Amino acid sequence: MDLIDKRSVFANLEVDSSDQVIDVLSKSLFDQNRVISSFGDAVKAREIEYPTGIPSGDITVAIPHTDVKYVKQASLAFATLKKPVAFRNMGDKSQTLDVQIVVMLAMVEPHSQVTVLQSLMSLFQEQDYLKELLTLDKQEDLYEHISKYFKSFDV
Amino acid sequence: MKKILVACGAGVVTSTAAMNKLQEELTARGVDETKYKLGQSSVAEVQSLADQYDMAITTTQYDNDEIKIPVINGLPLLTNIGAEKVIDEVIANLD
Repeated sequence: MDLIDKRSVFANLEVDSSDQVIDVLSKSLFDQNRVISSFGDAVKAREIEYPTGIPSGDITVAIPHTDVKYVKQASLAFATLKKPVAFRNMGDKSQTLDVQIVVMLAMVEPHSQVTVLQSLMSLFQEQDYLKELLTLDKQEDLYEHISKYFKSFDV
Repeated sequence: MKKILVACGAGVVTSTAAMNKLQEELTARGVDETKYKLGQSSVAEVQSLADQYDMAITTTQYDNDEIKIPVINGLPLLTNIGAEKVIDEVIANLD
């Protein structure tokens, strides 16, 4: 099974809050039987204590995730947002970041997904590429682009 | 040999990414892998593990006056913005 399925890719998603985007992404993973039903709530709860906004540059990203026990199948869900929503900064909880790209991570064990994490972190540093992703309106186009990044990491 | 604890919220995702980046950068700076040993945990475990380590690197905000070992903010290892400085700090603590 691929790490990322087209049904978990959202281009120009319209949401009003970080909780809403977490709901949409976790539901898509649940609908594909990749996570258990409490995954989304666990992600939101963890976000309060350990926020996942990353100050990656002009385009800031967030990587909401939670404990491996909620995950059945290693997965990613990916959304570009029509308008940014506030996530708090992973490195400084008192700061909020206007996040435009959200990558939800559902990991089954720490070390098997190292390459995925590394490619994600390099993706976040390619700010020009992120800007390009934000211009894509169609789910198919966005999926095409990011699956190139992640499809080789079949698990 | 110094022991370095790399911690994040869940102890799964970002500490893994940070640990790999750290290892890569230390190797690039010519620091031999026999000079240090890496461990991984969640930040909730840092306090109980601190006496087994010489320094801790956390990707999440971590304030705890009880910790006697140096605690370095490792978020730059994920963003690459300011990663040089983190590596400088780690190397300074290795000697």
